Amino acid sequence: MNRFAELLDRLAYEPGRNNKLRLISNYFRATEDPDRGYALAALTGALSFKHAKPGLIRDLIADRTDPVLFALSYDYVGDLSETVALMWPKASLPLHNNPPPPPLADVVTTLRTLGKTELPKQLARWLDELDETGRWALLKLVTGAMRIGISARLAKTAAAALGDKDPHDIELMWPGLTPPYLDLFAWLEGRSEKPVNLDPAPFRPVMLAHAIEDTDFANLDAADFVAEWKWDGIRAQAVSGRDEHGHILTRLYSRSGEDITRSFPDLLPSLHLPGAIDGELLVLRDQRVQTFNVLQQRLNRKVVSPKLIKDYPIHLRVYDLLGEGDTDLRDLPFAERRARLEAFVKKLDDPRVDLSPTIAFDSWDALRSARADPASAGAGEAAEAVEGVMLKRRDALYLPGRPKGQWWKWKRDPHIIDAVLMYAQRGHGKRSSYYSDYTFGVWASGDNGEQLVPVGKAYFGFTDEELLQIDRFVRRNTTEKFGPVRHVVHEPDQGLVLEVAFEGLARSPRHKSGVAMRFPRISRLRWDKKPGEADRLETLERMLKSDISL
Amino acid sequence: MRPQDILMPVPAGLCCKPGGFHIDPVRPVERAVITHGHSDHARPGHGAVLATQETLDMMRLRYGDNFAGSTQPIGYGEAIKLGDVTVKFHPAGHVLGSAQIAVACKDIRIVASGDYKDAPDPTCVPFEVVPCDVFITEATFGLPVFRHGDAADEVNKLLASVALFPERAHLVGAYSLGKAQRVIALLRAAGYDAPIYLHGAMEKITRYYQSRGVALGELRMVKGIKKADLAGTITLAPPSATSDVWTRRFPDPVTAFASGWMRVRARARQRGVELPLVISDHADWDGLTATIDATGAGEIWVTHGQEDALVHWCQAKGLAARPLDLVGYGDEDEGETPAAEDAEVSASGNTEA
Repeated sequence: MNRFAELLDRLAYEPGRNNKLRLISNYFRATEDPDRGYALAALTGALSFKHAKPGLIRDLIADRTDPVLFALSYDYVGDLSETVALMWPKASLPLHNNPPPPPLADVVTTLRTLGKTELPKQLARWLDELDETGRWALLKLVTGAMRIGISARLAKTAAAALGDKDPHDIELMWPGLTPPYLDLFAWLEGRSEKPVNLDPAPFRPVMLAHAIEDTDFANLDAADFVAEWKWDGIRAQAVSGRDEHGHILTRLYSRSGEDITRSFPDLLPSLHLPGAIDGELLVLRDQRVQTFNVLQQRLNRKVVSPKLIKDYPIHLRVYDLLGEGDTDLRDLPFAERRARLEAFVKKLDDPRVDLSPTIAFDSWDALRSARADPASAGAGEAAEAVEGVMLKRRDALYLPGRPKGQWWKWKRDPHIIDAVLMYAQRGHGKRSSYYSDYTFGVWASGDNGEQLVPVGKAYFGFTDEELLQIDRFVRRNTTEKFGPVRHVVHEPDQGLVLEVAFEGLARSPRHKSGVAMRFPRISRLRWDKKPGEADRLETLERMLKSDISL
Repeated sequence: MRPQDILMPVPAGLCCKPGGFHIDPVRPVERAVITHGHSDHARPGHGAVLATQETLDMMRLRYGDNFAGSTQPIGYGEAIKLGDVTVKFHPAGHVLGSAQIAVACKDIRIVASGDYKDAPDPTCVPFEVVPCDVFITEATFGLPVFRHGDAADEVNKLLASVALFPERAHLVGAYSLGKAQRVIALLRAAGYDAPIYLHGAMEKITRYYQSRGVALGELRMVKGIKKADLAGTITLAPPSATSDVWTRRFPDPVTAFASGWMRVRARARQRGVELPLVISDHADWDGLTATIDATGAGEIWVTHGQEDALVHWCQAKGLAARPLDLVGYGDEDEGETPAAEDAEVSASGNTEA
């Protein structure tokens, strides 16, 4: 446990990717099975405990500290594990005869097997014995959210380095592996054969696109690419395979590999042929794609009621085929996969699964016009759910991650307004204690004349340098404080104008202004403008009416 | 007479009407009584200033000779009559010359403690508990997650890192007034006797500490030293400089930061700190609560920092407590403004921690 705590602690302060890799690889090399396997599981988010949950930690600390002081501390620190590790009161009795903290594998096994009633006592005993770093690491393990800047991919890459293997190979076999990964480490150290994935419906790591910049086009030939609409839905992978009894088993995965099958039982019967499809979850009513706001009703549902299924009929719009039957298609060029996909969808012959159409274009300019006006470029009424176009190289293999130059996303230009910073709130995690969440408003005529009405909240889009500038501005121009929220001066001649970019606008009775922005972010700081020059609510209302695919 | 008739918060700062002065005013006033030399508490442009000799000297160093219409030095334990009140200075243990100001009127005594710490510091006179009816406390580290521990252990961490990386330079971010000199003194106390290097912005104030008899050993300015010669050395710099192009003159520097904020990981990471050193010139949570207890005050006014938590703690103990909502003081940890090499000690509204 101590060694694992030390690893996490060093990783938390190490900014460089290569140094992080080195730290993790060194740990794997110096640590025995099964400890290192559980560490890999912890770093990749593969551990979960039935009873050891964040709620349990909250209960433990609630028994030992004042709830208000805890809440204020948590708000400040921005991380549950760290708050509890720092606040945990010193044990009242001296701990001379206590054994040293157990190995990581023992901790994990205990957390997994101990009953609900004994668990709190055991956790508290460990927390009493460990130092701050140890407590922090233990709590990270329990909450499952490491938040130390290590992605699962990075941890797997570090494991691969142990045996000079390609991390991609680990990705492919990963869904079939379970902690503490004895077979994986045996293979990495050359002691056994490569593990095989026996899952009949495994997740395939998804391929992602780069955002394209205007300057990129000069080096790209339109003839090398296929274009499709970029749908404003949820990326999903639908996999069907035959289990050992020959029955079809179907699973839906999010783009990160999370199993989301249970949220969409209504879609499963449509996926009756063995294969692995890459596509977009959308809600369709009368053949018409609904906006993301509507789709949101179907997300993150544990229980799916018949009414929900009826009111929000789910649909899969497909754009790639990664496997068919037992054949892996990922090593085929995109154009060939597309042809197989078209045949596959025809064979499925199901109204809930349809093909994402390609866009005909012969030059970048032609595509630019299509992107500006999807409705008349073939998207028709579905244009409302189009958020841009995707470009895929005809010869691109299906590669996990974000390989350079293969797939591009070309989003529609965002809408932009100038708004005034009204309130600021401290952020969490990496930005805890910085004022990084901003509520902004535009001018409207009210009972007391001209006044600002809040129209949205944004907490990204700015650079680290700009964050410092806004943070400083907030601190120096606070007019009132309410806990973590600060009122920032916003008068016609005093205050900060933020240029806000957003993807869409919807009417919202929940907002005072009556409108809700989709995906708002700070695109620029307008130090050069006075708040009096910021936009008015009427501008937003006009945008709503003009129906520019909002 | 009620306590709030003696001292009350106004936009300019804490105002003592019966005494005709403000404590640590943030705007120019006729008469200012100043607790210590940090720039958010000691500002230029007042008519008359009453403070310790050290605080007056620091203001002169930063703002020049004409920083106030007139000045009057006062020593610890000295009392002076101003209008209807008696003002007495007591050591605050925060930085050299820092003071708590006891204001007595009739049978009520209020202590405005400014910034303070109850932890040992070889560079200044130790904090003194002053019994009072109303205690005005800061709350910079007013959350129970802040427990600072022994500063000597943190300095040992730094020395261990220096021993581990003899080919790299160690850059320690530390506020120019107080923290830097304390870190140097702690290094000397730990037996480190090699020359310690300074960023130009720290020279004047550090030399001033030496002139007041604070032993800091051999100090050198880092400017003009060859890169290779800085391997294995320790340099102190304003926190903002440690993430500046200025650091390019050092061989593969390890970035440390000496601050109470380093107790929270996210704070260290935000600043790109590799070696966080929890060394604070403010009282930690245990220090704040123990001090409040020790003063015997029945009423607590909480100024800048994490007021809510400390007010809540006081109220739970049955003490009357309220936040003063003063604006303009060392609010949380806004860093010092970047100071160019050889620049004057920065004069803008900074704070330290």
